[in-house]
Amino acid sequence: MDRLPRWADVVLVPLISLVFAAIISALVLLVIGQSPVEAFKVMVDGALGSAYGWGYTLYYATSFIFTGLAVTVAFHAGLFNIGGEGQAQLGGLGVALVCLSLPWPHWTIALAAATAGAALFGAAWALIPAYLQAKRGSHIVITTIMFNYIAAALMVYVLVDVLRPVGQMDPASARFPEGAQLPALNDLPLFNLIFQKPVPANITLLIALVMAVVIWAMLWRTRLGYQIRAFGKSEAAAKYAGINPVRITIIAMLISGALAGMMSINNVMGEAERLLQNSSEGAGFIGIAVALMGRNHPFGVVLAALLFGFLYQGGAELGLWTSIPIEMRIVVQGLVILFTGALDMMVRMILGRIFGMVRSARAMRTA
Amino acid sequence: MDYATLLQILDTTLRLATPLLLACLAGLYSERAGIFDIGLEGKMLAAAMSAGAVAALTGSAWAGLLAGIGASMIFAALHGIASITFRGNQLISGVALNFLASGITVLIAQALFAQGGRTPPLTGDARFNPVTLPGAEALRDVPVIGPLYYEVISGHSVLVYLALLAVPLTWWVLFRTRFGLRLRAVGENPAAVDTAGVSVVGLRFAAVGITGILCGIAGAYMATALQAGFGREMTAGRGYIALAALIFAKWRPVAALWACLLFGFFQALALRPDVVEAVVQVKVPVPLLDALPYILTVLVLAGFVGKAIPPRAGGEPYVKER
Repeated sequence: MDRLPRWADVVLVPLISLVFAAIISALVLLVIGQSPVEAFKVMVDGALGSAYGWGYTLYYATSFIFTGLAVTVAFHAGLFNIGGEGQAQLGGLGVALVCLSLPWPHWTIALAAATAGAALFGAAWALIPAYLQAKRGSHIVITTIMFNYIAAALMVYVLVDVLRPVGQMDPASARFPEGAQLPALNDLPLFNLIFQKPVPANITLLIALVMAVVIWAMLWRTRLGYQIRAFGKSEAAAKYAGINPVRITIIAMLISGALAGMMSINNVMGEAERLLQNSSEGAGFIGIAVALMGRNHPFGVVLAALLFGFLYQGGAELGLWTSIPIEMRIVVQGLVILFTGALDMMVRMILGRIFGMVRSARAMRTA
Repeated sequence: MDYATLLQILDTTLRLATPLLLACLAGLYSERAGIFDIGLEGKMLAAAMSAGAVAALTGSAWAGLLAGIGASMIFAALHGIASITFRGNQLISGVALNFLASGITVLIAQALFAQGGRTPPLTGDARFNPVTLPGAEALRDVPVIGPLYYEVISGHSVLVYLALLAVPLTWWVLFRTRFGLRLRAVGENPAAVDTAGVSVVGLRFAAVGITGILCGIAGAYMATALQAGFGREMTAGRGYIALAALIFAKWRPVAALWACLLFGFFQALALRPDVVEAVVQVKVPVPLLDALPYILTVLVLAGFVGKAIPPRAGGEPYVKER
């Protein structure tokens, strides 16, 4: 098979995968008797057509940047962390415990503490699968899936029997104190020129962007990042070079879990302001699609997270204004994972053929 | 706990273990052939929706069953194309197909029936109704054994007995036929199978196809026997529990039966927290009972309850030497 030029590998492959996913999505809409063009218009209008729509798109994107980075770091170590969902839920618990523990004087202090809590709880939930993978060879994919279910059961228990205030019916924690409420984008200087009405996107967006840069620097500019990537590429070679596989597996998963946990400052602290059942709403899983789409590069992850933010807000609008169920966005999510992740080789083969044809045509002309 | 309550729980155990068992055996074929399949869940869900929809439209549970198998086979074929033909990542393919199934089932059910993503409730012949085994009525009054036979063993839908029969059948196919030998070989050492002149791709597609059929029956059972119609996300993680049971059973058919009965028992217990409380004398939180199969699986994976060693070539696409 012909090797693809680098620009084609980085830009063309994900784009073509996306086009395939879009075509199949359009076909699905046609099959259920809906107009794909109309649907797309509603999505663009609802997600990008107003500052309000952008407020939601960016809010979703913030969560997806965190979970996408989480999957990315694990991927670079050759680990497939499907447990982002559970880690995010536990991160939410960390946020709630921190926010409810003290009457926080100012949101900046609360934010720093809650971020630490979220990262700590998320990392802790990734620790056992990581340890079992590193020490006992238990397949991390299965253990992290199991931990998602265990996390869900644990959260039901915690919310119903522990954190629920006396006399409250719905399984949720108490509302966070005033001092633990984060400013939304409409409360921030400069941003409030664009966002004049209250939006759910909040200061966490900036933290997410900073984290993207931090993770990029960690992966490509530090010794640890080099070790993680070397280990992911070839365990045998990494071992020979003196890299400790147990240490790298555990560290990579701790970082991954911490990132997944940190998404909860966005939704739990920034938006809901209390801990609800199923707080992460599948964002942990979307991290998989985001990481694949973003080619496991933090910059790509940010772009892919924006795309999925658009998809999520647009999908919600579909559910509101059309008879297309909101589940359409899960279909698109599945298709994106299928084409960018599993059928990657197919896209490459098609592109390789085309490039091969172009090359031989050029060779014929020069000859 | 009295005898009648015990029988009731065992009866529920068998009903709840059936979809687990079918899905578990489905996974067994695929994984023994070296194709990891975490998409059991999605296949069951797709089958449940098709079976529920077709049974509602035609009024025949058997037509529903066929439709369920068909839908599951489509998903199995997609998994085969992605992971065998294009040598993609089998885990990612499974994850993708699970999401696809989760969304598309609601979309289609909503487009067909406009009942909030469910299929209409099934009655009469559109469901697989309980069958009374021969002699159950006559033996009913025999002490101890009579009620056990009447309450627990008899009185299930035909699919339950089909699932139980699939266990010895799977054992026989895998360990007593040439096809089974080759299927196991292709999961351990595909290069050797290839050298012997047997098609690795063909065998793996056959295995994935059988997985599709069994998941189809499992899904159809969910919508047309266990419950009366399809509801969104109705499989509720059973595909993953089946996967857990498969690991717990160390990829062996008879052990799979016991593992699924055990996990079915946990599910039955989670429905009766009052009984659990009466037996252990402590209030056990229901979520803990819900989480038990998953916790147990982690313990098994960790090697604390015997070591589970998967088929050696599992998860790796086979590249023929050129």
